[in-house]
Amino acid sequence: MILLDRVSKAYSKKGGTALERISLHIEPKEFVIIVGASGAGKSTLLKLLTREEKPTSGKIIVGGIDYERLHDRDVPRLRRRIGVVFQDFKLLPNKTVYENVAFALEIIGVSTKEIRNTVPRVLDIVGLKDKEKSMPLELSGGERQRVAIARAIVRQPKILIADEPTGNLDPKHAWDVIKVLEKINRYGTTVLLTTHNQDIVNKLKRRVVTITDGKIQSDEARGSYNL
Amino acid sequence: MLGRVFINGGINFVRNAWLSIAAMAIMVVTLSIVLFSFIANATFSHTIQEIRDRIDVSVFLLDSVTTQQRDQLIGQLEDIDNVRAVEYISKDQALADYIELNKDNVDLQLAISQTENPLPASLRLKLHNPDIIDQLKSFLDTPEIQTLQSDETSYSGDRKEAIDKIAKATTFIRQAGIIGVLIFACISVLIIFNTIQMAIFNRRDELSIMRLLGASRWYIRGPFLVESLLIGISAALISVGLCNIIFSIASGTLDASSLGLLDINYASRYFEERYWMILAIQLGIGIVIGVTSSFVATQRYLRLRDTK
Repeated sequence: MILLDRVSKAYSKKGGTALERISLHIEPKEFVIIVGASGAGKSTLLKLLTREEKPTSGKIIVGGIDYERLHDRDVPRLRRRIGVVFQDFKLLPNKTVYENVAFALEIIGVSTKEIRNTVPRVLDIVGLKDKEKSMPLELSGGERQRVAIARAIVRQPKILIADEPTGNLDPKHAWDVIKVLEKINRYGTTVLLTTHNQDIVNKLKRRVVTITDGKIQSDEARGSYNL
Repeated sequence: MLGRVFINGGINFVRNAWLSIAAMAIMVVTLSIVLFSFIANATFSHTIQEIRDRIDVSVFLLDSVTTQQRDQLIGQLEDIDNVRAVEYISKDQALADYIELNKDNVDLQLAISQTENPLPASLRLKLHNPDIIDQLKSFLDTPEIQTLQSDETSYSGDRKEAIDKIAKATTFIRQAGIIGVLIFACISVLIIFNTIQMAIFNRRDELSIMRLLGASRWYIRGPFLVESLLIGISAALISVGLCNIIFSIASGTLDASSLGLLDINYASRYFEERYWMILAIQLGIGIVIGVTSSFVATQRYLRLRDTK
């Protein structure tokens, strides 16, 4: 599903490399946790996958798409196949929960009728069926993050990337979000999660990739937090 | 999809009301200058043509000139390239014209009626180009022709000098108009460009979210283009509307002569007769200026935010 072959990324010629010869293979329907200290290169790795950044060298293939051959104008189409959840939610504050989720479908030209069908179902999956008309600011952090997850999965992507989705949440709400991610993974979506939360990493007992100074330090099938 | 782009553009236009109004105002100024230069130019040209048409050359004949001599002279004059028409004014006709011209002056009429007709017969020449009279002049100055003439030939010299001055002034006004139009068009482009940049800045979060969710470039850019399209259309309508109001007020309160060369009635008629063409041109310019600046502004944004 995701293949990185000796991928390096340097932001400037003088500065050090953010990622150095990273090789990683992720199978379909896997749930992979990426851990690492701040600045280790986790976010850079995810940005390479969403094509917000281009690698300095190395090969990236996601869902059969070779990024080397990907033209800039095809980037939107790539991003429609990957769901992304951010630490700071990135919701539109002047739109309701329903509109925020519908937005992801509107921009790719889904009909209003289909949007009306799909959005309530997805909000049900993340447990926010009764919050359709709420504004993001009226919700708790955990609820906002679940809206963001709903928006990310409403197009049924094969891959969901969650960049520290629990970073701004208290433990209870953090677990709510993680449970939703596990549920989505059970439905067949590959999930890539980065987190600082030791408790979550240890309890999930999933594959853990640890990154230190831009290099993969360890990659364990049922790993734990060991930084 | 296209419907959503248009709806979003319309919503932005209303939400950015103040920015839209600022951009629209400067565009109205630009379009009005274009429009007024256009009409003023047509009016000046019309006035000059009218005055030029009135320029003629009068050759005064002695009473002793016979019909045969006269016809021969007319034939020779007609052979000159620049001469468009030759009209014979008899002594009686000249007197009748003179009386008609001075019909309010009773003393003068009385004086004329008591003497023999003092006015000479004449040939009135209309020219193709009043600026080129050398050939005609040398012909009329030959001794043979001179003997037929009673007075000095009238070349409408004073009027011609005045016309030359007007023509020079018109050229100047036309050039100044073009420069003015260009300057304001540039300002207009910059301000609309800035407006769209500010709109992009205001909505940068929304735009970055759109990009991350995989919105196509045209879906992101479309609403901005629609917004500036609306600015252009509104500005064109306002500018033509303003012009309409100004003409209806001006032609009611000013008579044709009060503005000297600018024959307001002609200008007003010119505007009315070409109303739809003028409206179409104004809309065209407004749309081109608006959409171009918005296109460049969004292009810059999209390029800046592309993958590094």
